[in-house]
Amino acid sequence: MTDPMAEIRASFFVECEELLEVLLDGLQSMEDGLADSETINVVFRAVHSIKGGAGAFGLDALVAFAHRFETALDELRSGRLVADGEVLRLFFTGSDILADLVRDSRDGNPTDDALVAPVRADLEALAATTAVPEADTGVIDFQPMALALDLDLDAPPPPQADAPVWQIRFRPEPGLYESGNEPLFLIRALRDLGALTVRCHDDAVPGLEAMANPEAGHIWWTLQLETTEGEAAIREVFDFVDGLCQLDIEVAPGGLDLPDLPQPEPTSAPEPEAAPALAAPPDGGAATAPKPASTPPGEADPRAAAATPAPRATVRVDLERIDRLVNLVGEIVINQAMLSQSVEAAGIPPNSPVRSGLEEFLQLTRDIQESVMMIRAQPVKSLFQRMARIVRETSAATGKEVRLRTEGENTEVDKTVIERLADPLTHMIRNAVDHGLEANDAREAHGKPREGTVSLRAMHRSGRIVIEIADDGSGIDRSRVLDKAIRQGLISADSQLSDTEIDNLLFLPGFSTADAVSNLSGRGVGMDVVRTAIQALGGRVSIASTRGKGTSFTISLPLTLAVLDGMVVRVAGETIVIPLSAILETLALGRDDVRSFGPSTHVVGIRDRFLPLLDLGAELGFRAPLEDYADQIVLLVGQEDGSPAAMVVDAIDDQRQVVIKGLHESYGRVPGIAAATILGDGQIALILDPIDLVSRAHGCTRRPPVASDRIANVQTGRDT
Amino acid sequence: MTMQVLAVDDSRTMRDMLRLALTGAGIEAHLAEDGMHGLERLDELPPPDAIITDINMPRMDGFGFIDAVRGRETLRAVPILVLTTESAAELKARARAAGATGWIVKPFDPESLVRALRMVAG
Repeated sequence: MTDPMAEIRASFFVECEELLEVLLDGLQSMEDGLADSETINVVFRAVHSIKGGAGAFGLDALVAFAHRFETALDELRSGRLVADGEVLRLFFTGSDILADLVRDSRDGNPTDDALVAPVRADLEALAATTAVPEADTGVIDFQPMALALDLDLDAPPPPQADAPVWQIRFRPEPGLYESGNEPLFLIRALRDLGALTVRCHDDAVPGLEAMANPEAGHIWWTLQLETTEGEAAIREVFDFVDGLCQLDIEVAPGGLDLPDLPQPEPTSAPEPEAAPALAAPPDGGAATAPKPASTPPGEADPRAAAATPAPRATVRVDLERIDRLVNLVGEIVINQAMLSQSVEAAGIPPNSPVRSGLEEFLQLTRDIQESVMMIRAQPVKSLFQRMARIVRETSAATGKEVRLRTEGENTEVDKTVIERLADPLTHMIRNAVDHGLEANDAREAHGKPREGTVSLRAMHRSGRIVIEIADDGSGIDRSRVLDKAIRQGLISADSQLSDTEIDNLLFLPGFSTADAVSNLSGRGVGMDVVRTAIQALGGRVSIASTRGKGTSFTISLPLTLAVLDGMVVRVAGETIVIPLSAILETLALGRDDVRSFGPSTHVVGIRDRFLPLLDLGAELGFRAPLEDYADQIVLLVGQEDGSPAAMVVDAIDDQRQVVIKGLHESYGRVPGIAAATILGDGQIALILDPIDLVSRAHGCTRRPPVASDRIANVQTGRDT
Repeated sequence: MTMQVLAVDDSRTMRDMLRLALTGAGIEAHLAEDGMHGLERLDELPPPDAIITDINMPRMDGFGFIDAVRGRETLRAVPILVLTTESAAELKARARAAGATGWIVKPFDPESLVRALRMVAG
């Protein structure tokens, strides 16, 4: 175990992230018109808790800002302030700054005060417009705990020769006992300050039969304390009971001896019998009645109990432990595959108990793997909230009124995927606001609502996560994109591209230029970078746009980065895994299915269209292109734009789960290869990135976008 | 006998710190997340030697909690320390009226907290 404070500090920042999420949620609810007192309270408490924790770690800048924020929120809570658009905007900005301060504090970075100060001032101004001066009248009924008592409790300091002697008269009132205070402990605390002489006055204690309330304060004490600590230290002992007792403290006249206390008692005297009043049995009679129980136990506030369910029990686990579990599950998957292979090799009949046991093992392995993946999964909500901030900032920077709509915030995605999606999403959201949406006036001129809308949706779709970023802006101006691409030499001037193909030009690396930004709604800005980042996650991104209506990007991602369902294929004696999700269809080629077109180009007719064959063996450099592709297997692979590509392999071996072993760390990014895996027989196989491979394809199946159409046209004589 | 303390705070960080401060001083710490949870814990536990509570909490705040504790016959004499960032006199008066023993302003220094506990609870 490391330093416990460091651990708590780390967990504080984790808690802060949760509180920031709660804060943004609450503000969002308010913006949606739900500004009830509970919502406001929740928002207030979030900031309050951040402040409290930050104080504990001495994060002064964070405390100072959180305090201003809290004060402003308190105005809201007290009803002196109304959460209108302006106020909420400030609160949203305040949350963003608070988040910055939290993260900078966590990472030990300084926060740019030029960003913080104006917001802090705005919050302060907001509170100042409504606040009544704090009603601290100076009547303090109990003080913050004294911090100066840094004495060893077990060893009271020896009396000092020249220490002044204080005389203390202490008479508890009933309230003292009712608030759980105990004279004995106060007297002990005094003893810690110096040599103490105690005298208990029990002359006012009534008889048992007359004592209605034993806590009515029937006894009182005179104490002599010899200490150099000073009056303030003595008063601090009585801080908690200030106002609950009569207390006189003065320097004793004439040194140690009190007139009424000739025989000093030992300091231990008050221990067992110091507060006999507490021990005395209650009985009928005089004096004040005990404080009535104002709330029956257990039903203090049933309404509150019904309103909010108890928080669900959770355990916080170090991510490393989970990753270890994920790795181990990966090993089980490999192991199970090996076992299957051995059983197969041993020629064990299909209905044997070993086989059925292995079946169950396989099912369990899948279940375990899914459960482990669920541990790593997190709702995309935090990511969406970060995007909400990007929208706010970009909207402020561009002066465009923008509303962000989110959907599917609770969709769960692997934690690493969420983290690595932040950058590409930020980019796309910024683009959507900055370049996708028209200026407010232009929108109105086109009969659109003045306020632009950017929507962010997450959903599960056939075993993958789909995230969609859409705007209702002007859409892609395809003629300009085409023009630009031709001028930049990315495509030939006579290219005939489909709309989808034109849109996809935006992802080409050479396409993003500053010039293009302003001319084409900036759709090309760094989109190649976005695509690369998403592909690195095993995902794809596609684009759809309607002129005048808007543009949408769809990102599709695997649920996990650890395991995938793959098709194990054989090419030129090599075993290769292709992600099942990429494969649309498989078919065995007959002699009539393949036509050759030119010296090294073969095409396959599939229903009503013709596709060039991509020979995987040749493409990966395992062998030269074949003369004849009859009897080969074709895998139809879906591409970014949805159109299929035909990939030729020698045989399909199996379809199974494989554990992804990343290659990036050791080899960097290898074109066309997503990762590697270990097969059941211990063999290492590459996992293909078929879409990347197709897009990079060269050699016998080079497919310029136009060529395939032309091929199809040439081949139309063929019956289908 | 090890001193038993129930600490009620909705902040996980604060609960962690309280646990550290208390166990570090040889005090057995029981923790609860809000007033309601605190009452539940008190149902399960023998009366503790002292209670520490925050004020701003969901479901049941510190005032409600102190009030409810004082309403229980077995807990009427248990010292209750309020541990909060608040320091307004008006709030202190409310806490005292509900039956709080003392008031400590966050951030707290573990040694002082323990000292205060030993002072009110022996």
